[in-house]
Amino acid sequence: MKDKLLGFSFKYGAILVIIAVFIFFSSVNEYFLTYDNIADILRSISIVTLVAIGVTFSLIVDGFDLSVGSTVSLTTVVVATLMVWFELPLWTVIIIPILLGASIGLFNSFLIVKVRIPDLLATLGTMYIVSGLHRTYTKGYSIYNEMPLADGTTASGSFSESFLFIGQGRILGIPVPVILMVLSVIVVHIFLNYTRWGRLLYITGGNKEAARLSGIKVNQVRMIAYVLSGVFAAIGGILFAARVGSGQIDSGAPLLMEAVAAVFVGFSVLGAGKPNVIGTFFGAVLIGVLLNGLTMMNLPYYSFEIIKGTVLILALSVTFIHLRRKA
Amino acid sequence: MATNVLQMKGIQKSFSSIPALENVDFQVRGGEIHALLGANGAGKSTLMKILSGAYQADHGGIFINNNQVIIDSPAAAKRHGIQIVYQEVDVALVPSLTVAENILLDDQANSSRSLWIQWRKLFVEAEEVLNQLGYSLPLHKKVAELSLAEKQMVLIARAVKQNAQFIIFDEPTAPLSIEETKRLFEIMYRLKEREVGCIFISHRLQEVFEICDAITVMRDGKKISDESTKTTSINQVIENMLGKSFGEEFPKTITTIGETLLEIKNFTNEKIKKVNLHVKQGEIVAIIGLVGAGKTELSKAIFAADRIQSGEIFLAGTKQRFNHPIEAINQGIVLVPEERRKEGVLVDESVSTNLSLPLIKRISKLGWINRKTETGLIKEIVKKLSIKIPSLSSPTSVLSGGNQQKVAIGKWLETNASVYLFDEPTKGVDVGAKSDIFRIIGQLAKEGKGILYFTCEFSESLGIADRILVMFDGRIVKELSREEATQEKLLLYASGGKE
Repeated sequence: MKDKLLGFSFKYGAILVIIAVFIFFSSVNEYFLTYDNIADILRSISIVTLVAIGVTFSLIVDGFDLSVGSTVSLTTVVVATLMVWFELPLWTVIIIPILLGASIGLFNSFLIVKVRIPDLLATLGTMYIVSGLHRTYTKGYSIYNEMPLADGTTASGSFSESFLFIGQGRILGIPVPVILMVLSVIVVHIFLNYTRWGRLLYITGGNKEAARLSGIKVNQVRMIAYVLSGVFAAIGGILFAARVGSGQIDSGAPLLMEAVAAVFVGFSVLGAGKPNVIGTFFGAVLIGVLLNGLTMMNLPYYSFEIIKGTVLILALSVTFIHLRRKA
Repeated sequence: MATNVLQMKGIQKSFSSIPALENVDFQVRGGEIHALLGANGAGKSTLMKILSGAYQADHGGIFINNNQVIIDSPAAAKRHGIQIVYQEVDVALVPSLTVAENILLDDQANSSRSLWIQWRKLFVEAEEVLNQLGYSLPLHKKVAELSLAEKQMVLIARAVKQNAQFIIFDEPTAPLSIEETKRLFEIMYRLKEREVGCIFISHRLQEVFEICDAITVMRDGKKISDESTKTTSINQVIENMLGKSFGEEFPKTITTIGETLLEIKNFTNEKIKKVNLHVKQGEIVAIIGLVGAGKTELSKAIFAADRIQSGEIFLAGTKQRFNHPIEAINQGIVLVPEERRKEGVLVDESVSTNLSLPLIKRISKLGWINRKTETGLIKEIVKKLSIKIPSLSSPTSVLSGGNQQKVAIGKWLETNASVYLFDEPTKGVDVGAKSDIFRIIGQLAKEGKGILYFTCEFSESLGIADRILVMFDGRIVKELSREEATQEKLLLYASGGKE
């Protein structure tokens, strides 16, 4: 009986909590369940979801990537400077940050796979390096249209309309970031479940030694996971810049925590029992709904950390109680 | 002082409904060195784990001086004066602390002791314990810097310090040199004088007869004999250990032996030394040796899973160089590793994922896995090996050991490999699955594959192999043909003896 209850709560717990939270907020605030608000929630979680997809990759190979938050920060300001300082065309503004994200992933995998530093510590170091880089790069200032430059003049470039469309536009009434998020979730889900590479990622994470002895180039697979993690963080950074229309310093810092919480909430969704992208999406939804609802109830923003931390701890408890039961 | 008597009566223990111990009685007295012998999987370790509190028996009881004692944890065992000196000495020691601190570790962890560490007293007490044993160790040295033999001494000293009445020695001599072994025996004699009961597990029969007072032999989870050393003989003990000979149980498939498939020359790394061997089409070559002889290391070196410092490998006469298992696999060498659950299969993944793993390139187009082709291939393997599974998608962890092993073998069947390496494939599988595995291996040989069969079960090698190579201390010390080999000869060479 107890086992059944535990199994049930593991499988459907996260979804039941999401439904409960929905019911609660819509009963205390009539505005909550409107199209505009739902679209708003989805738009607000789109960046977290993209970052969380990256974290999902690193967790699938039994690793961890702490540097995703600062990768978001770096790519956001780089995107902004490419337009504001250097006035480069749209495609470079997109490609360069993605390459940056990929190289951060490469650097991480070099530390973890070649130098063999434990993943948490290696990416902790990277996190600080990248964070320092992005502040040094802008000398600690945020980047915006017509910002004053060091030589006393005003920056001549500006965020292009077409770029801002990525973060602020709508197609058929649906916000573009939401479309991007849903597309990413679908593509990654297919990648993870129906392709060779997806399977190699899970197998490598499941048991490195068995994978190696089965002829899998484990190190290569792990490298790909970290590169993907960096790339998705970079896409998150691009989206961030496009949404706020400026390059905010430290913009990605809070995203790490939310992304990790989303992945661990998602771990158990529908009994997957492993990191999976659909679950990650639901995890992001849960966090987004909670934060949105609490904002409506006029809770101060600085108390949100308590909520986020609690969600993470609950998700981790469910995950690890389940893992221990299985063992 | 009255002699203590420790008795285990009617011990039964099963693991997931496979019986490991059946109604076993065991007895040791204070002041006695009592050998516990048996082939691998006979149940010695399980029995000792029950005595030391790591496992609990399903039935039966433990008695000290005819009073039943409940041993439900390692702490309880220690409370009753039962200590174990593990083979893996490192798990029980704190490498960054000094020898003295390690000897008194349990004392210091005891919360009733004073808050402050009295360093001077610590070293004096440690010294006293060592004096009792007639042994000296550098007390201020960190344990990490000690040799393996010295670490063993630290563990023994620690057991004595805790007033051990009975000490279990789990294959203590396997990693020791002759000199170190001699010293260990001196310590055991000292313990004997102090009325401590020693349980001695070893595969080296010579030394067992040298120091033990009594010998208990186990086989297949049962006690076979319990005799005084004076009234038995090495041959008698070997016969008791081995039981029915293997050949009777599993008749060998007759094959025609063809060209040389694989040859290695002078393979050398940290664990193996100048190993030469070859295997031909349709030939089964057994590489036997005791635990720690370097068999697993050799198999991994051939498979390129471990690096070699020097040596050459030839496939069908062509020299090869492998840096990663995938290169060996691509050239037709595959390994079924010893640690089935850790290395052979992915226990959390489905049977189908496991079986299709080496074939994943073949079953996918542009990275896209074709599930239909996958299922087709897998159904064939499952049928061929008669793997018993609830469904193709059930996780491998729910299978029995034997069926898991079949999965570990089965994943290679469709790869067109020419050389199969099997490392202890029958470890932890039941008799039925065992004979299935031999049937599969025989079939592979018939198809013209070359088989290298690594095992510490001598009887298996006698039953299955065309040729037997004996390993000792990282070297191949003897080659015997099927006709020449006997259990006694194998045991002699495997334990470092010479004719």
